[in-house]
Amino acid sequence: MVNIVIKDDELTANLIGEIDHHTSVSIREVIDKQIQTAMPKMTILDFSKVTFMDSSGIGLVMGRYKLMQSIDGSLKVTGMSNHIKRVMMLAGLSKLVIIE
Amino acid sequence: MKVLNEMNLNFLSKSTNESYARSAVSSFFIQLDPTIDELSDIKTAVSEAVTNCIVHGYRNTMGKVFITARILEGNEVYIKIRDKGCGIADVNQAMEPMFTTAKEEERAGLGFAVMQTFMDKLKVTSKVGVGTTIIMTKKLSPRIKNA
Ligand SMILES: Nc1ncnc2c1ncn2[C@@H]1O[C@H](COP(=O)(O)OP(=O)(O)O)[C@@H](O)[C@H]1O
Ligand SMILES: [Mg+2]
Repeated sequence: MVNIVIKDDELTANLIGEIDHHTSVSIREVIDKQIQTAMPKMTILDFSKVTFMDSSGIGLVMGRYKLMQSIDGSLKVTGMSNHIKRVMMLAGLSKLVIIE
Repeated sequence: MKVLNEMNLNFLSKSTNESYARSAVSSFFIQLDPTIDELSDIKTAVSEAVTNCIVHGYRNTMGKVFITARILEGNEVYIKIRDKGCGIADVNQAMEPMFTTAKEEERAGLGFAVMQTFMDKLKVTSKVGVGTTIIMTKKLSPRIKNA
């Protein structure tokens, strides 16, 4: 599940619950639609309410990174638990996106 | 290695079952009193293997995913996950980090990397047209038993 908040040039996607192959499909559809409408300078993916994530979450971050690049914006990832960080680090994502 | 307990699970390759499968397998191992980290490692590795059966093994078809979970002597977790799907032509290539045959679906090609990192041992056997079996084991940290 995902909750979108847009303020000025910033779009925050609050991710909630479990991120896997099944759930990531609808999550990315919602986020992409909102990004394409709002055209924000910065998108923030907030993981603080994510209870589980497998490598599908990496695809989710990579895909949004590419989308933000295509509209000259940037991507920030926040609120990662240690477990989520461990999965993310496998992809070396810290080189591409801002991690807070 | 002596088998102390075992459970078997099979289900249709529907993506809604990914969550059920990883929860069921990790619940089975609760009896070993794993740490939260150990449990989420197991859960994540199972999620990757089951997703692969559904996404790749049974691509465009429906089939059954078979799981055997065992508790081995010495606080060891054993998990076998099998599909009777398309199989993998080149296992070594498939296991390379970032290798994926489903880039357009935002697969990161890191499923095997997750299984390797989060479990101690990973064995993949596959035959084109027959299916794929993966076996993962992980030794849990010794627990202090209260008598
Ligand atoms: N059970 C399977 N049946 C058929 N092919 C598989 C199976 N598991 C993995 N593969 C192949 O191995 C590749 C790498 O798998 P993985 O590391 O999990 O990455 P991803 O799932 O993101 O593609 C897959 O893209 C697929 O081609
Ligand atoms: Mg995979």
